[in-house]
Amino acid sequence: MKKPASVCIQHADFDVAAEMAALRAGNARVGAVCSFVGTVRDRHAGDAQGQVSAVELEHYPGMTEKAIAAMMAEAQQRFDILGIRVVHRVGLLRPLDQIVLVAVTSMHRHQAFQACEFLMDYLKTQAPFWKKETTPAGTRWVDARVSDDAALARWGLDLKNA
Amino acid sequence: MTEHTSKAVTVRYFAAVREALGTASEQVQTGADTVEGLRDELRARGGTWAEQLAPDKAVRVALNQTMLRDDRPLADADEVAFFPPVTGG
Repeated sequence: MKKPASVCIQHADFDVAAEMAALRAGNARVGAVCSFVGTVRDRHAGDAQGQVSAVELEHYPGMTEKAIAAMMAEAQQRFDILGIRVVHRVGLLRPLDQIVLVAVTSMHRHQAFQACEFLMDYLKTQAPFWKKETTPAGTRWVDARVSDDAALARWGLDLKNA
Repeated sequence: MTEHTSKAVTVRYFAAVREALGTASEQVQTGADTVEGLRDELRARGGTWAEQLAPDKAVRVALNQTMLRDDRPLADADEVAFFPPVTGG
């Protein structure tokens, strides 16, 4: 039984359709393909400090891949799914740019939806990336959110980040 | 009785922690037995080190590229990283 699970950390943009096609390729057991794409917004929620013109994504080479691979293994344990693909960009990004892709295949839709959300909640608080925004006021590091910790806790993982 | 042998470890710093300390990584010769012991040693440098690695500071720690929740023993050739709460995705 083919259960691909791969993660790629890259500067280059990704093609969602191509990634999803590759993930389910040749596997007629797949009945559901679920995906999430995170993109760069131009404004920080509730922030009066002005428009975001750029976001620099820093990461911990080696640990990033290892951490996400562990999350994918956890997802395979928890959910009845077939394949997973995660692509996360690093480097300098602009509003409207894609940042992250989480794609999951399964036989039926419920497990794919669940696994996709689980992986995003996990990645948000445990994958070693850091965002630095540029606004008219200068550059500043984005703060982690307690609401993201709460999202992960709903899956039974009480892992404090913020 | 614990033997306090000197260990050579790699310490990495990321994001705002790296910027404040002015260094991305260093080789440290330490007598510390655990990761917390190493943190104490680095804090003892004073100044920005004491501030960035203060016990109540929201600093996350990784040992050999795995997020650390509790203190762990430190071994020769280990890699320890200190960084702010993560903000990926």
